[in-house]
Amino acid sequence: MFESLTDKLSSALRNLRGVGQLTEANMAAALQEVRTALLGADVHFKVAREFVERVQSQCVGQEVLKGVAPGQQVVKIIHDELVRLLGEGSAALSPARPLKVLMVGLHGSGKTTTTAKLGKLLRKRGYNTPFAVACDVYRPAAIDQLEILAKQEDIGFYADRVSKDVPAIAAAGLAAALAANADLILFDTAGRLQIDHDLIEEVKKLSARIQPDEVLLVADGALGQEAVNVAKAFHDALALTGLILTKLDGDARGGAALSIKSITGVPIKFVGTGEKTGEFDTFYPDRLASRILGMGDVVSLVEKAQENIDQKEAERMAEKMRKADFNLEDFLAQMQQVKKLGSMQSIMGMMPGMSGMQVPEGAEKQMARTEAIIQSMTIQERRKPELLNGNRRKRIADGSGTKIAEVNALMKQFQQMQQMMKMMKGGGAKKMMRQLEAMKGKGRFPGM
Amino acid sequence: MFGLFKKFKSGLAKTVAAIAAKTHGLFGGRKIDAASLEELEEALYTADFGVETTAEILKEIKEAYRQDPGLQGKQAAELGAAVLRRVLAGSEGVLAGGARPPGALGSENAPGGRVPPSNPTVIALIGVNGSGKTTTSAKLGWLLKQDGRGVTLAACDTFRAAAVEQLKSWATRLDLEIVASHTGADSAAVAFDAWQAAKARHRDFLIVDTAGRLHTKSNLMDELAKIRRVLQKNDPTAPHHAWLVVDGSLGSNSIEQARVFHKSFGLTGLVVTKLDGTSRGGAIVGIWRELRLPIYFLGLGEQPEDLQPFNAANYARAVFGLDD
Ligand SMILES: Nc1nc2c(ncn2[C@@H]2O[C@H](COP(=O)(O)OP(=O)(O)OP(=O)(O)O)[C@@H](O)[C@H]2O)c(=O)[nH]1
Ligand SMILES: [Mg+2]
Repeated sequence: MFESLTDKLSSALRNLRGVGQLTEANMAAALQEVRTALLGADVHFKVAREFVERVQSQCVGQEVLKGVAPGQQVVKIIHDELVRLLGEGSAALSPARPLKVLMVGLHGSGKTTTTAKLGKLLRKRGYNTPFAVACDVYRPAAIDQLEILAKQEDIGFYADRVSKDVPAIAAAGLAAALAANADLILFDTAGRLQIDHDLIEEVKKLSARIQPDEVLLVADGALGQEAVNVAKAFHDALALTGLILTKLDGDARGGAALSIKSITGVPIKFVGTGEKTGEFDTFYPDRLASRILGMGDVVSLVEKAQENIDQKEAERMAEKMRKADFNLEDFLAQMQQVKKLGSMQSIMGMMPGMSGMQVPEGAEKQMARTEAIIQSMTIQERRKPELLNGNRRKRIADGSGTKIAEVNALMKQFQQMQQMMKMMKGGGAKKMMRQLEAMKGKGRFPGM
Repeated sequence: MFGLFKKFKSGLAKTVAAIAAKTHGLFGGRKIDAASLEELEEALYTADFGVETTAEILKEIKEAYRQDPGLQGKQAAELGAAVLRRVLAGSEGVLAGGARPPGALGSENAPGGRVPPSNPTVIALIGVNGSGKTTTSAKLGWLLKQDGRGVTLAACDTFRAAAVEQLKSWATRLDLEIVASHTGADSAAVAFDAWQAAKARHRDFLIVDTAGRLHTKSNLMDELAKIRRVLQKNDPTAPHHAWLVVDGSLGSNSIEQARVFHKSFGLTGLVVTKLDGTSRGGAIVGIWRELRLPIYFLGLGEQPEDLQPFNAANYARAVFGLDD
């Protein structure tokens, strides 16, 4: 989400390389570029200025460390400052049970989908009986949308398709949820402009009626300068307790996150990373800051993997890789594990240096074909790929509805993979990194 | 037609009111000085104009200020609006045969009234999630209908939960004709059927609402290509318009959206929504600069009549708070 900002920061700081020490003069030039980069990334004008000023005062006051390029030093200072800013306040939810959560935001920011996503995620975290109350009586079919999602995720649901009295609907929904012994009650509301006086009054009344433990602003990660006005007005009206950033699977630079955080001080709690209800996660400031600086979001990939992948299986796989004893059966198993992580594009988004990259057209289809090919092999063939002579390959191609050339290509790729693992085993990790770099340079997604 | 034109004008007055609310004061009768120049820079950035346009406007105002230190705020605003007008020259989209005041209708249908077209004019609305496609489809259908045109809506968002129901309930409310299937159906097949229906009933326009998709997802972009292919089986020139619906409150990412959608789908124009808030939708200026995609309509609210033709001069004046 912050890739372009990262690019700009690195180019702005490249100029600092080779400079003997940080002076106000050489800092000023670079920081001017940082400011431009922040503005280009939709960080609010005032926020960008203050951020740069703070970083500047920290930099100039510091001695140049020996053996460290001034650029790196500045990156470190910016990184720390970003982590501090983004991470202020606790991302933890109120411990109240049942937990009452009010979702608010502009039109089309993603409240309804996020309501279902939050229910699903929190169920994994120990809320057993989530419940959703539909309070958007304005947008046509908004109630239907929430109902469908709630059913799909097995979340309790309340709606009133007749009344337009939103606070009363919410109160009735609360009663229904309590009667159902819900331990998590989510209130989805209509999108509203922060300057729409009547609708802001309405949601204030709603809030007063249900007394939420959490009031979460759902904001589009691609919001522009407007983010500040929006967040401020919603915060003034409802005393927000948290922020959810959505649509971060796109390539928006996400400067809005920085703006909203610094203007309201409200902690960022969750991020949405796709249309599927599972594509939702806790917000981690250090990861976001790392991502801003181009280090990729490796940690969250690892964590996501942990939630979805069988731990023992992963360890077994790692062990096999280490021993370079990795056959096609393992390859198939691994592919199936990867699929559990989400779409290839969303996985790419979390890989260092690849977040801006496109999954090549047809890559998902390609993966399905590869799967079909391996599935057409006998167990023996999968374990001992060297068995695959011409006849067997022909049979496999026919069985999987592919061409022999495709089977050959897969086998060749697999051999390369094995070689790479052998290199790793022999301490050739560096060599492998170079190969990966080369692949990246060609804009190709490695493997599969 | 004339009655409608009046409504457009009052609608534009609404743009002005909405957009100008914030800038006004800054450009009052006050003399320009270093401090107000900085405020000006801030105002330009906070309108999401982006670095390039902001720099261009500032440069011109600074130059004028250098030549005439007595420059007044109001004059600076006029200068800014002039730059914006210049930048936006040619950016007004004109929907031929569609909802435009008589003078703007173009020569296509003149003289002597209009002949029913042999094929419906197809308008496809595309964009990222939640940008306002469905609402715009409904509003546009209503507008064209008010203008005496025959309209069919195609509910081609078969992906998002209740998207079909959303457009259907608009159709019922505004008494518009609609062709829809169910969630999970093949969107291209819906487009095909809708075209056939529009054709059989001699409709002037077919408005195709599509599922929201982020421009970064190539598989979803393929689905759009399929809708196009299928429409072209009916009429090789369809869709005649492919408009990107842009959320006016978004920042510079709108430019990237437009770039990618244009590259993969071939856009012909823009609709900018949600300008009834305090955002000034400055990102469209960046899109116009780079891609030269005309802007057809602005969305100024959730009611059917809140879709207004884009007028560059009005927009420029509104941004600088020049119409009181
Ligand atoms: N204030 C305001 N709200 C708008 C405008 N246009 C659309 N909306 C609202 O924005 C929200 C999303 O609009 P939709 O038309 O559902 O957007 P969409 O692009 O079809 O959304 P998806 O199909 O989910 O991608 C709804 O609540 C609309 O009422 C506008 O011009 N002003
Ligand atoms: Mg829609």
